[in-house]
Amino acid sequence: MPHQQIKFYQAGSFVAGNRLLPPEERSVQARMDRSNSLTSGHRACQGCGEALGARYALDAAMRATGNQVIAANATGCLEVFSTPFPESSWQLPWIHSLFGNAPAVATGVAAALKVKGRTDVRVVGQGGDGGTVDIGFACLSGMFERNDDVLFICYDNEAYMNTGVQRSGATPPAARTATTKPVGEEPGNVFGQGKSAPLIAMAHEIPYVATATVSELRDLEYKVERAMEFRGARYLHIFVPCPLGWGSASHDTIRIARLAKETGLFPVFEAEDGEVTGVSRIRRPVPVEEYLRPQRRYAHLFGDPPRADVIARIQERADRNIRRFGLLPDPGEGADLPGHATDKADVTT
Amino acid sequence: MLKQIEGSQAVARGVAMCRPEVICAYPISPQTHIVEGLSDLVRTGELTPCEFVSVESEFAAMSVAIGASAAGARAYTATASQGLLYMAEALFNASGLGLPIVMTVANRAIGAPINIWNDHSDAMSQRDCGWMQLYAETNQEALDLHVQAYRLAEELSLPVMVCMDGFILTHAHERIDLPQQEQVDEFLPPYEPRQVLDPADPVTIGAMVGPEAFFEVKYLAHAKQMQALDLIPEVAAGFARVFGRESGGLIRSYRAEDAETIVVALGSVMGTIEETIDELREQGVRIGALAIKSFRPFPLEEVRAALGGARRVVVLEKALAVGIGGILSANVRMALSGIDLHGYTVIAGLGGRPITRASLLRLFADAIADELQPLTFLDMKWDVVQREVERQQAGRRPGPHAENIIRDLGIVGARSH
Repeated sequence: MPHQQIKFYQAGSFVAGNRLLPPEERSVQARMDRSNSLTSGHRACQGCGEALGARYALDAAMRATGNQVIAANATGCLEVFSTPFPESSWQLPWIHSLFGNAPAVATGVAAALKVKGRTDVRVVGQGGDGGTVDIGFACLSGMFERNDDVLFICYDNEAYMNTGVQRSGATPPAARTATTKPVGEEPGNVFGQGKSAPLIAMAHEIPYVATATVSELRDLEYKVERAMEFRGARYLHIFVPCPLGWGSASHDTIRIARLAKETGLFPVFEAEDGEVTGVSRIRRPVPVEEYLRPQRRYAHLFGDPPRADVIARIQERADRNIRRFGLLPDPGEGADLPGHATDKADVTT
Repeated sequence: MLKQIEGSQAVARGVAMCRPEVICAYPISPQTHIVEGLSDLVRTGELTPCEFVSVESEFAAMSVAIGASAAGARAYTATASQGLLYMAEALFNASGLGLPIVMTVANRAIGAPINIWNDHSDAMSQRDCGWMQLYAETNQEALDLHVQAYRLAEELSLPVMVCMDGFILTHAHERIDLPQQEQVDEFLPPYEPRQVLDPADPVTIGAMVGPEAFFEVKYLAHAKQMQALDLIPEVAAGFARVFGRESGGLIRSYRAEDAETIVVALGSVMGTIEETIDELREQGVRIGALAIKSFRPFPLEEVRAALGGARRVVVLEKALAVGIGGILSANVRMALSGIDLHGYTVIAGLGGRPITRASLLRLFADAIADELQPLTFLDMKWDVVQREVERQQAGRRPGPHAENIIRDLGIVGARSH
């Protein structure tokens, strides 16, 4: 099929449309034979970033393995909205056990497959940020250090959405949640807390760690496909806006995810054996205010009086990420195509 | 093959002959020697194919077993005490999902105060988690019960705990008749899962279930345990045919045919009880004993039939339900509802306090004279308790109980024997 050379901004967005790509580079979702692992009819909210991320990630994993995937899911929105008995949206073998044990259940599945000689079947564990960075973290770290043959995917919407938007270890500073309300001296979540699960994953020196967002879905698919090229423990941390929890418009999910990356607040990178091997550069640097303003969880920063001081502290965090991961584009050089980033970045703490 | 061997090593050999495909374990005394033995057998290739996964917690151990079992592998783990509590959430999950995992519980006390010695507090705390619970009296039976447990678990698709007294059994060296692999293979067919994660036939396991179906799903676990009441004796009889010895079953009576007094207990303390009964029988006392082998499911009818003709029943148990007293005795009383007899609950052996023949002789004499309190604490040091109670009443900050009492007694372990 004829295709033309890609020029950014041509599609009016930062996404290279499928019609501009040669067939082999087109999204898994653009193919007739996609597996629809998480099929339609589930009960996710309109504009749910997690549902979108899960569909792309699992279909990419299915494509990469010839549809030989078993999924182990943590308790959370993804589990609840996909499986109210007797209906299930899962078109792949899928198990949900508990909130905090999805990585260990995935390990068990992988061990069973290994002992049965079914190494063609691959295992994906998945959960939200609570199930991953908080309650499931011991099991995740154990799975990492044993280098079990599991790809674990965290769909990070930065709070406990399923239970009604409470703070998690992935909730960013200043964000309003049900347990970090904009009341008192320091409205919203406090500064100086929280953890970077991808960096901690890298510290385990597992074969592959990557981050992605639902704004660059081709990059997300690439990272899943790349992850499936490795054996051993792999970790993919996907930024998934939550319209309900963040107080954002359903139609803004992609835009907000893109702004998280473009502001530098959510660095998109990949790492092998504990070393960063590629970063997705920022194409159009934007101040964090553009990211914060469409989300009601940050509304208290734009009230009367506005909290320019807090916004400045958030900007500092973005700037630190930009420096740390080398997120700014080189002058005179075009931006990277998602999934083709190969620049080395020096990540030190 | 007869062999002088540690209980844990015997269990490890027995488990290995069941050909588990995934073993996951986290170390906790007194379970450690079992999984160490299995680790050796996997490493040397004597047990193959098998994946041995060293996990980071008991919660992970049970979770790995859940994943492995759901993916169609025969799974095994072992734990005790705090470890069993740490996996509590996953225990309910394994039974709720109907996964036939077999686990050894090397029974041990639960803190605080921290204590590594034997009692049944751990297994009793999980009596309602949906797992079947079998109690071994001897190391031979501990080994045999594992082989039976896999048959039972896989037949019903429900998990089984094999409970063996920590240290008293796990660390005791005894003569064991180790089965032949061919015998175990004859008795235990390969695992055929009732549900399996398979890309060729994708299923959803562990879906969200609301009020419209939850009750029925939960009931099915109960129905399976009721089936087990029939199956456990069948499995034990089948075992006896293949291996030529009696092990397991629901209950076992000892010299109870004409007994006026029957002592009921779980596990290894039956040995001491039987010896004491022999002594009393020589004096012409009509006393016998009943071992409960299957605590879950609880064989109400069999217990009723075994105890219904007695004048008094003494339930000796190694666990305490704080705030009411006995756990095993409450179950036994349910079996005896409507029958008029004297029932006594005796809490004994907590935290490894030895249960001696001398103490049992005194206890049974009091029981026969109907001088026992309904709830008795065997060999409780009441003076020590009294001193601490007075200390607590004397001031607002008397300090922690355990430390105060240990200070009163002198060195740790003093006067325990």
